[in-house]
Amino acid sequence: MDMQEIEIQVNGRPMRTTVAVDETLVDVLRNKLGIVEVKNGCGQGDCGACTVLLDGEAVNSCLTLAVQADGRQVTTTRGLGTAEDPHPLQTAFIEHGAVQCGFCSSGMILAAASLLQQNATPTRDEIREGISGNLCRCTGYTKIVDAIEEAAQAEVLEERSA
Amino acid sequence: MMGADETPKYKVIGRAVPRHDARDKVFGQTKYADDFVMPGTLTAKVLRSRYAAAKIVSIDTSKAEAMPGVRAVLTAADVPHNETTSKFGQTHSAGGGFEGLYRVLADKKVRYMGEGVALVAAETLAQAEEAARAIDVVYEPQPGVFDPVEALKPGAYRVGEEDTNVVCTYKVKKGDADAGFAQADVVVEGEYRVPFGDHVYLEPESGTAWIAEDGVLTIRASTQVIEHFRDIADIMGLPHNRVRVIAPMLGGGFGGKEDITVEAYLALLAHATKQPVRLTYTREESILAHSKRHPYVMRYKTGATKDGKLVAMEAEIVSDAGGYPFLSPWVLLYSVVMAAGPYIVPNVKVDAVSALTNNTFTSAYRGFGAPQVCFAYESQMDALAEKLGLTPLEFRMRNYLHTGDELGTGYALESAVLTDQTAERAWEALGEPTQPRSPDEVIGRGIASGMQSYGRLVYLHDSSRAYVGFELDGTVVVRSGVQDIGGGQASSIAQISAEILGVPMDDITVYFGDTALTPLAGTTTATRMLYMSGNATLKAARTVREAIVAKASEMLEVDSEQIDLADRMVRVEGEEEKSIPIVDVVKACASQGIPISNLAQFNAPSRDLEKSDYVIGQIHPDYTFGTHAAEVAVDTKTGKVTVLKLVAAFDVGQTINKLSAQGQLEGGTVCGVGYALLEDVKMDQGRTVTCALDTYLVPTAADMPDVEPIMLESHGGMGPFGAKGIGEPASTSGAPAVTNAVADAIGIRLTELPLTPERILTALKEQNASSRQSVGERVGETA
Repeated sequence: MDMQEIEIQVNGRPMRTTVAVDETLVDVLRNKLGIVEVKNGCGQGDCGACTVLLDGEAVNSCLTLAVQADGRQVTTTRGLGTAEDPHPLQTAFIEHGAVQCGFCSSGMILAAASLLQQNATPTRDEIREGISGNLCRCTGYTKIVDAIEEAAQAEVLEERSA
Repeated sequence: MMGADETPKYKVIGRAVPRHDARDKVFGQTKYADDFVMPGTLTAKVLRSRYAAAKIVSIDTSKAEAMPGVRAVLTAADVPHNETTSKFGQTHSAGGGFEGLYRVLADKKVRYMGEGVALVAAETLAQAEEAARAIDVVYEPQPGVFDPVEALKPGAYRVGEEDTNVVCTYKVKKGDADAGFAQADVVVEGEYRVPFGDHVYLEPESGTAWIAEDGVLTIRASTQVIEHFRDIADIMGLPHNRVRVIAPMLGGGFGGKEDITVEAYLALLAHATKQPVRLTYTREESILAHSKRHPYVMRYKTGATKDGKLVAMEAEIVSDAGGYPFLSPWVLLYSVVMAAGPYIVPNVKVDAVSALTNNTFTSAYRGFGAPQVCFAYESQMDALAEKLGLTPLEFRMRNYLHTGDELGTGYALESAVLTDQTAERAWEALGEPTQPRSPDEVIGRGIASGMQSYGRLVYLHDSSRAYVGFELDGTVVVRSGVQDIGGGQASSIAQISAEILGVPMDDITVYFGDTALTPLAGTTTATRMLYMSGNATLKAARTVREAIVAKASEMLEVDSEQIDLADRMVRVEGEEEKSIPIVDVVKACASQGIPISNLAQFNAPSRDLEKSDYVIGQIHPDYTFGTHAAEVAVDTKTGKVTVLKLVAAFDVGQTINKLSAQGQLEGGTVCGVGYALLEDVKMDQGRTVTCALDTYLVPTAADMPDVEPIMLESHGGMGPFGAKGIGEPASTSGAPAVTNAVADAIGIRLTELPLTPERILTALKEQNASSRQSVGERVGETA
């Protein structure tokens, strides 16, 4: 198998590794770079647990080859915000009880972040459509939609006051 | 009814408290089973049977063993005790057929497709996969049997080594069913079928095992039952105190991680290689080879008098156990106990049997036998209501069980029963009817009530332990062997401790899920964790509180009745100036040798299994009752069902964490909708054809409306502060609420789940072909 050296900016930090050309981004992130907050739920692009932002756009990292990420920015939930400086989506997910087992949360929050970049004031139906590629088996989605709706409002308010 | 906000006697109980684990999860800090790597970790792969029914003639591992990177290749011959009895964390053997054969790896025969045949550990996953493919297994395919009804016939293919496919049979008898039907003015009969279900926890089965420095075989795995450590020790031939199981935060369980999954395989490979070994199933493996919800065939006959009173119910249930017994007897027992639902039925007759087949084995799944029968009895209730000319709500209201009424087993309900209130609230919450969006669309509404036990079978003599203690700086440590599967199990015991000890949630650390370091708390199954470990935690925390209050009373020279613990302070009622920090009292206790910690045990009500031909008396500690309501739109051109409104109204006893309780109701409801409309593990001659999430469909956000959770508080449960369990009940009646709404919309009652567009269209076509009323007229009638 052909190997290739790649450099990915993961949450703003350059990381270099050698990968096989058919290796998926999720496997390289998790197994070679120790970026384990990215989850692998199905490996086939059906569940969305592996969602990351690639140059700001949400992708299933199990359907993305690692070599496609060469020279690009990968953002995970750790890059979006931290306990000290949380992203409004992360705060809203905690406050609304939108997190149960948490296995979908990382991908769900990134899918929501991508949605809010494209549509800063989505309706509840648009939110539901926007996260329909991300499965959650615990919450029934209601509290997730609540959280995203509130985070959108918080972001809009923040922009207005800025 | 008292809402949580109106109960001022609690400081944190009943409030919407953000869970202490949510923060770590959204910031990507939580280390799930597969996120944990040790230096030198090998990767494992399971070789699985390609046949559903076959004899194993020979297994040749020599080629695989010689491949690069391979450290171990194991077969049944390498398992010290390959055949044991399957246990599920219980500390008391109930007898009576509750424990069946557990086989680690197939040797004589394979009983289902995907059964484990051999194990490989190698340096990389690719090497392990390649080596697994190089193992030469010679099979002699057998005809097999794939339908439980066929499996019960004389001369049927024998799935196992015994000369019968019967796993268990149960009978319930109350009154005289024939005499009851003789009094009935209306009788309805129906045959209901429900499919195999997959749990689809987002985190597939996973774990890592290693031999720790002290020689203890240690397994960190995604499991609902760390107390499988005893079973692993028995398989390995090790003393029980030489195996340790750790459960980190789980990415969901729903019953699918109640049986042993990866633990035995990991133990064998770690023991053989003396290196850490990691094993994570692919999604395909998870769907193919791990436990499923039981498909049932249920024949129901229900009779009522013209004044709308139930008089008799008869049910025959056949359950498909798949290749091994696992929890099939327990699940079927739950079904027969709850077969008549939350209704007073004077005459009941239930006959049930579970049969082995060469399908994937079936075991625990959220609801544990209750959702299957709930679909049947709630379909029957609507069919009877229609015949009687009563609304579904009115007919139910005339028949609900109340405290003191007897189930089919003769057990009289002891705790609060508010089913009638949940039904009224759920129906009312549907609000104004939605208007059809197109001429092809018809709208329907349905309700379904359910009952579901919380706590394990009384035959299991269930118990749980928790340790609660102050540290010298006034912070609190809770240690309890709970497995946190995502429902807030660890967070809720922190909240109970915070309430009793007067400290904020942030001051509490919960150590959970470790057989070596946390007191054993039993399983996170059977909607028992809040009930059992909540009570154990409450008991321990109260003992610690008593010590603090007694010491404070002495220090402050006030009566202990005047003392309350709140906001890290010892407060003296009427003498606020005397208040002192709790930590001062903690330090004083520590200096004087007064215990500032306690280890408590809570025992559930228990009794022994009697020798009887019938299931009689008390089977569970208690039950939770509730009602789902749904409004749906059915497109008569495409057969597609859109769920427009969902309401879940439950008596939760006492809310502990409002957010978590609502979350259980909302999530459980959506699982019920999936069962009604989408989920179906299809097997063809034992071969699963829906091995991915693009063929096994579960609800997405776009498929679901908001769920409106309504929580009533009877304060009449057996859990801490009068709480009832809601994890499983929240799901049980979800499916029939939707199917009853569909029947209301199209005027046809479908009796097989799921209600796919194809099934609905077929039913509509048959209806149109017959000379009966048109769909439009039918809907006109019911509107």
